[in-house]
Amino acid sequence: MSALRRALARIRCFLQKPPLDPDLEAEITSHLEMAIEKNMQRGLTAAEARRQAIIRFGGLDMAKDQQREARGLMRLDILLQDFRYTLRSLRRDHGFTLIAILILALGIGANVAVFSVVNTLLLRPLPFPNAQQLVWIAPPPTKCGLSCATYSSDGYDVFRAGAHSFQDVTGYFAFDTSDNLSLSIGAGAPIQATSIDVIGNFFQLLGVQPAMGRAFSQEDVHDGAPPVIILSDAWWRRQFNADPNIVGKAFDMNGRQTTIIGVLPKSFDFGAVFSPGTKIDAIGPLNLNATRNEGNIVTFIGRLKPGVSLAQATQDAAAIAPRLCNNVEVLQSCGGYQAVPVVLKDYVSGKLRRSLVVLWSAVGGILLIACVNLSNLLLAGAAARAKEFAMRSALGASRMRIVRQLLIESLILSGAGAAGGLLLATFLLAWLRSQGSIALPLLGSLQIDGAALGWTVLIAVFAALLFGLLPGIRMASGNLQEALKGSGAGSGSGRKHERLRSTLVVAEVALACVLLVGAGLLLRSFLKVLDVDLGFEPQHAAAISVDFDNSSPTRDGALQKQTLVLHQVLTRVSSIPGVQAAGIVDYLPLGQNRRWGLPFPKGVKPPDGIASGPLVYVSTPGYMRAMGTSIRGRDFTWDDGPKSTNVVLINKSYARFLANYATWPGGNAVGQVLTSGNQDTLVVGVVDDMREEGTEGDTGWQIYYPITQNFPNSAQLAVRTALPPSTLATSVLATLRELNPKQPAAEFRPIQGLVDHANSPRQFFMMLLGSFAGLGLLLAALGIYGVISYSVTQRTKEIGVRMALGATRSQVQVNVVATTLRLAASGIGTGAIVSLLVSRAIAALLFNTAPSDPFAFGGMVALIGIVSLLAGYLPARRASHVNPMVALRNN
Amino acid sequence: MDEPKAELKLDLLQGTLDLMVLQTLAAIGPLHGYGIARRIEQVSGDTVLLNQGTIYASLVRLQQRGWIDAEWGTSDNNRKAKFYSITESGRKQLAKDAQYWQRLSDVMGRVLAMPAEGGLG
Repeated sequence: MSALRRALARIRCFLQKPPLDPDLEAEITSHLEMAIEKNMQRGLTAAEARRQAIIRFGGLDMAKDQQREARGLMRLDILLQDFRYTLRSLRRDHGFTLIAILILALGIGANVAVFSVVNTLLLRPLPFPNAQQLVWIAPPPTKCGLSCATYSSDGYDVFRAGAHSFQDVTGYFAFDTSDNLSLSIGAGAPIQATSIDVIGNFFQLLGVQPAMGRAFSQEDVHDGAPPVIILSDAWWRRQFNADPNIVGKAFDMNGRQTTIIGVLPKSFDFGAVFSPGTKIDAIGPLNLNATRNEGNIVTFIGRLKPGVSLAQATQDAAAIAPRLCNNVEVLQSCGGYQAVPVVLKDYVSGKLRRSLVVLWSAVGGILLIACVNLSNLLLAGAAARAKEFAMRSALGASRMRIVRQLLIESLILSGAGAAGGLLLATFLLAWLRSQGSIALPLLGSLQIDGAALGWTVLIAVFAALLFGLLPGIRMASGNLQEALKGSGAGSGSGRKHERLRSTLVVAEVALACVLLVGAGLLLRSFLKVLDVDLGFEPQHAAAISVDFDNSSPTRDGALQKQTLVLHQVLTRVSSIPGVQAAGIVDYLPLGQNRRWGLPFPKGVKPPDGIASGPLVYVSTPGYMRAMGTSIRGRDFTWDDGPKSTNVVLINKSYARFLANYATWPGGNAVGQVLTSGNQDTLVVGVVDDMREEGTEGDTGWQIYYPITQNFPNSAQLAVRTALPPSTLATSVLATLRELNPKQPAAEFRPIQGLVDHANSPRQFFMMLLGSFAGLGLLLAALGIYGVISYSVTQRTKEIGVRMALGATRSQVQVNVVATTLRLAASGIGTGAIVSLLVSRAIAALLFNTAPSDPFAFGGMVALIGIVSLLAGYLPARRASHVNPMVALRNN
Repeated sequence: MDEPKAELKLDLLQGTLDLMVLQTLAAIGPLHGYGIARRIEQVSGDTVLLNQGTIYASLVRLQQRGWIDAEWGTSDNNRKAKFYSITESGRKQLAKDAQYWQRLSDVMGRVLAMPAEGGLG
């Protein structure tokens, strides 16, 4: 109790030091007067009485100090003193301070931003309760796209009933296209949105509670259940003005009165987790009965029972998978399924692990460079301040105190740098959050959280120690007398100093080399990816989702109706000025896809072990021309009706594959007949391989069916034009509206956008690494400049002597520049060796680029060479303008 | 901070001086710093040679702990001085500390009186 009281009293005293000192002063004065009086009474002279009194008192200042120490917080006082002193000296040297803080802010800011990304994508669990129990269940990766990564309704039922390691299994319909929902409010044009259908227990399994209303229940997924939907937080705010009473209201969605039963919490973004880079506006219930005959359509997501390991679940799933059927009533459709659970988190961001680790290392490198740079700057400063420190030391400051002061200085610098860095990181993250189109998961939830703040403090302290320690040690171990006596310049210790600083610069340049090579390799890969033959021409083309009605009592009737409607659409759109070609397909490239079966040359038995058939697209005549894809043979025509011969187009890969088994003259597939089930189809043309999912990797087999003979899952109208595609947006939409008032205001998306979206993760990483490498280069250049410039200043006298002895300006310049280039060359040499080792580690991130790519290495050497030449030229110029007379007189 | 080490060294001295101050104030009543210092010197028969200045650190410590109060007043010969007086909790503390010191000095006395030839038995 009394201890606490005393502590509080001490803090109070610490805070009100000035008013307390006079009190003590008065008390001591009165003490001495009393003592003097007493002594005089004993018969001493006034002077002797005073002397005795002071002796007995025993050191006035010591007593005051003791009292102050007992009273307040002396050590804190000293610390504050150091702190104030440091602030003063930093302010005096504001040029240095500003540069140091800027360097640190850049280094720390980049680190904090990347840490937040890494934390969100890799370290933090997914935003679901007990997220470690969630697993993604899919077959091992294959070439056949989404159809091979999904299961049928029957498969789901069997798996769910049979898998005992799981609390439950859910999934969602994997083939919903964007803009698949059209919302009609009043008489206005329908509004386009994207919805995904999920199995009824989806939200319960994930543990997501709607912010309003309820999640789906079993009643919502029965046959004939009244249509219901749950809104995403974003759509609810955007489209429904955050109406607090929205739950229970019904709207016309895709022509059916659909009741809104809930609104999702802001924290749950379907797209961010399961389909990065796309926005999902609403979520509907999936009736598994309705999709029972549609083949593989749902993905599996499971929640493990508590205590069940992934290995157990893997075994369990492997045991059940062979029992799954595409359709339980068709015996041949059973078997052949595989199911491997992986932790959902790994499914979502596992692919990014390597890239993120590379990024993380890169920013670590930046921080190191920044620290080395500052260490160098401080060393230069410390040399100049050696005298000051020696003086303070001679006046009684302990070595500890001097080191402490240097550390306080670095802590203040890194503290300010961290504050700037946090600000920078905040901006960076805000920018990243707004990049909704980058196909990276969870970007929307990036923020500076507690962990990021902790990380900031950690690296700030780490950096301060790193760059403060070296100058501190040098300072503390220096010989004081020497420093007081000598002028420093030109002496032995000065040389040693310079050597240390040169070593630091070489290290810095080497680090920058590694970053540059890494960025160069990624840039080369990215350029190679851009160069990839996509199989279509993305420029000057755009696509829009078209609403059409093919309702008819008979299959042929429906086919005729859709043919009529879509033919009319294409005829009208083609006549819009500027439109060169137009066509319709149900799935655009680089997006979703599906698979139906394995059409094989007629009369040839497909070999065993081919698990998957080609990807299936349903298209109209003109689609290939609209996409800029060439056809060998002929395109579909509007006359390929339900009654005429069944026709298909296949891609080159598939044609090549089939030709291995058939005896086609010249391997030419055109004009050949394929069989699938009991149906014969005639191959009328072979088309280029269009990239179906990504721009990297191999293209799979593809087959195109005509819209005149088959039903598309949606209608994506592709338009080719010589004009910028956006200029056509209004006229195309107006035409579609004219033909069909129910046509929603869908987005007119440039096809190039699809390519950009597919390339966005690579571009994103390349841009980030590129900017980090640029930053590293800048810092290294600063480092070189600092060292050379400092040594020129130090050697002014020497240069003066040389010039007095007849050295010309250009000789001096060449001398300085040569020193610079020697430094740079050592750095480049070291850096190149390290880069060779490091680049092997990132080989998996490269595309068609060797880790020892000569362009990346050559570019690095050239870039660093030029930059260091520049960094050395400025001091060299200054050196050559030294006036020998002035240089020799001064100093 | 390296406070504990310094405190430890002071503490031994502090403990004794603080106790002496408390006892002096309890025995004599309100007194100024000079008076307390003189009194301790006198009582000890001038064997404790005290740097009188150190008393002020002790006084501020005791005051912060709430064991003594301080007030500016006038001395016998009309001089302004700060007078210290013991508080109620100060008296309790004094009783406690006095007992402790008594026991400690008893024990020390007994230990130091141990005969030199006594082995381990």
